[in-house]
Amino acid sequence: MMPEHPDLAKVDVSGVRRVINVGLLSDSPPQPGEWVLIHVGFALSKIDEEEAAAALQFLEGIGQAYADELAALAESRIE
Amino acid sequence: MRFVDEFRDAEKAHALAAKIAALCEPGRQYKFMEVCGGHTHTIYKHGLEDYLPETITLVHGPGCPVCVIPMGRVDDAMHLAAQPDVIMTSFGDMMRVPGSEGSFFDAKARGTDIRMVYSPLDSLKIARANPDKRVVFMAIGFETTAPSTAMTLLRAAAEGLRNFSVFCNHVTIIPAIKAILDSPDLRLDGFIGPGHVSTVIGCRPYEFIARDYDRPVVVAGFEPLDILQSIYMLMLQLAEGRSQVENQYSRVVPWNGNLVALKAISQTMELRPYFEWRGLGFISHSALRVRDSYAAFDGERLFEVPGVRVADPKACQCGEVLKGVLKPWECKVFGTACTPETPIGTCMVSPEGACAAYYNYGRMHRQRVAEAAGTGGVTHP
Repeated sequence: MMPEHPDLAKVDVSGVRRVINVGLLSDSPPQPGEWVLIHVGFALSKIDEEEAAAALQFLEGIGQAYADELAALAESRIE
Repeated sequence: MRFVDEFRDAEKAHALAAKIAALCEPGRQYKFMEVCGGHTHTIYKHGLEDYLPETITLVHGPGCPVCVIPMGRVDDAMHLAAQPDVIMTSFGDMMRVPGSEGSFFDAKARGTDIRMVYSPLDSLKIARANPDKRVVFMAIGFETTAPSTAMTLLRAAAEGLRNFSVFCNHVTIIPAIKAILDSPDLRLDGFIGPGHVSTVIGCRPYEFIARDYDRPVVVAGFEPLDILQSIYMLMLQLAEGRSQVENQYSRVVPWNGNLVALKAISQTMELRPYFEWRGLGFISHSALRVRDSYAAFDGERLFEVPGVRVADPKACQCGEVLKGVLKPWECKVFGTACTPETPIGTCMVSPEGACAAYYNYGRMHRQRVAEAAGTGGVTHP
């Protein structure tokens, strides 16, 4: 965060550091270490880690069911 | 990158594809529109159509900001850029959009001062550095981009920067979706809702689609698994006889959107009575203009804008592509006269345009599939 410019923040985008405007998140300003979605130099939204984890958990579940089915298929010997 | 790589796992994609296939009713055809051009790009880049059963068709929607700008507005911008002491600023993907006398790049080559900017805020910097010039920002985009223009207007007003103005071409997605729903050409089974627009407007504005048109909507993220999961969620709604608005992209999209952004838009801009969209024609209340209270920063009022309606080139079928009636490769000039290097229509310009996305990622594969099948159904190189 940049104390002299409260609407600006320095972010790391795939290793590139640049300053963006965070004025659109003034309701709940991002804290150092949080992830944001950037569009044309403005942070539009904060990324919600809990929601991301929930989505991944769903996908893991589906992946597991598929892996189990493949394993069952591999073991099946119909003669 | 975090929050990206984990949504690109091929094994999970196959698992989702199997779940989707299992939900298909025998003999039923499904048509879903992905409203946003960013989704179109992901679909072609990752070959997602190949993961889906043949009975599911993805129809590409009008959510590509560059694609929907009609030729007359490009000519208006050109006219503005040619005024004495004007520096026009524009996003990069607008630079190659053809007007009736060439693109911004062509005008730049002829000596017009047009500069590419990454952010509208860069235009303020140019205005401060050039007090004897008049800087006009060519603002395009849906609700995703409008807040950035709004914040720039607020900043310019706060600084009293009198040599900065906006040529406002911001459009709003809901009237376009409604126009498509009311069009008799197309029957859709559901919508993959635009993720980034929804970070601003939230999910509520889509409720009329579920309520009045009885169609499910799933607001989706931009990684391959996001889109496949959204299709799965749409299929599940249809299988269970539901029509609801659901949010697959909840890690980024809050249900109520971004209120600060909405407030900034309404402070500086208001709805136009109507606006012309390429391919969709005039749609009422579908675009934004600068409010009276910010008239000093409105390029359309500071300069005379011709506002002449210009018809698309005859060969161009972008309109049909934007409405989802034609697939890119069904257009007569696709890949021959019209390519990303020498675009005739806007859909071939922007990476979010269906034609450019398909040209870059899909066309070789489709040709190979058609050849293997011996259908010879491909007429394009």
